[in-house]
Amino acid sequence: MKLIWRLFPHPLLTLLLTLTWLLMVNRWSLNSLVFGFMLGVIIPFVTQPFWPNRPNLRRPLKIAEYILVVLLDIVQANIIVARIVLFKPNADRRPNWITIPLELKTPEAITALAGTITMTPGTLSADVSDEGHALLVHCLDAPNPDAVRDEIKQRYERRLMEIFE
Amino acid sequence: METILEFLVAAFLVTAGIFGIVGSYGLIKLNDQMSRLHAPTKATTLGVGGVLLASMLHAAAFEKYFSYHELMITLFLFLTAPITANFIAKVHIHRQETRDTMPEAGGDDHWATHDTPEDEERRSASQTPPAED
Repeated sequence: MKLIWRLFPHPLLTLLLTLTWLLMVNRWSLNSLVFGFMLGVIIPFVTQPFWPNRPNLRRPLKIAEYILVVLLDIVQANIIVARIVLFKPNADRRPNWITIPLELKTPEAITALAGTITMTPGTLSADVSDEGHALLVHCLDAPNPDAVRDEIKQRYERRLMEIFE
Repeated sequence: METILEFLVAAFLVTAGIFGIVGSYGLIKLNDQMSRLHAPTKATTLGVGGVLLASMLHAAAFEKYFSYHELMITLFLFLTAPITANFIAKVHIHRQETRDTMPEAGGDDHWATHDTPEDEERRSASQTPPAED
């Protein structure tokens, strides 16, 4: 068991790399599966020293749910932003900075949250506070900044907490 | 059947084109620097996404094979778009804003972009106990 753990320090990454390779080859064959798996074994093994304190990902189902929620939000985000760009005069728009206090501690989780915020409706993550306890978000149109902050915390941060911590 | 599929492919392409144009138009129309960042980061996602969907559908419907490496383009786009936006935002904060013009940084003192080496020294002096050796 210990030997297996040594050989596959990062089983999820192994899976991801194999899958990525298969998708890049773009044609199913046993050959590419074997080669992809070899890459998936070698790359995590060699790059192991680069991530000393990586978090343990739990609950793969939650990850799938999160990805689905975010994908739907991205489609929605595009339509909302397009509407604002096309039909809202600049004078009516209320661009605003929002500070989001973070409960997440893991850097990886904060990065995921920041990326999600950038991709979703009218918000864009710009900076993190010097000790990592708050995230600075810019809103394209936020008449009510508190509501935006609560929604981000409710919708994304809560789910990321379940996945990472 | 073939016509319907052709219509579908065309519809995806046209939607993608519209979103691409809206994204570029937003760059001209929006009137402050941070807002200008919003249009290209988002509208292009669906713009490129539409082209990729059309491409996958076309391969499956007319060329009789399944093509899925388009998914990789989407994945890489989702990984890189937020980082580009973040970098541009950071440049803006760095060059156009000062600590006083920025909103409060929650419980902390300031935002990371305005961090200076002196701040770092002060933090490490107050947090970590002095080394033993």
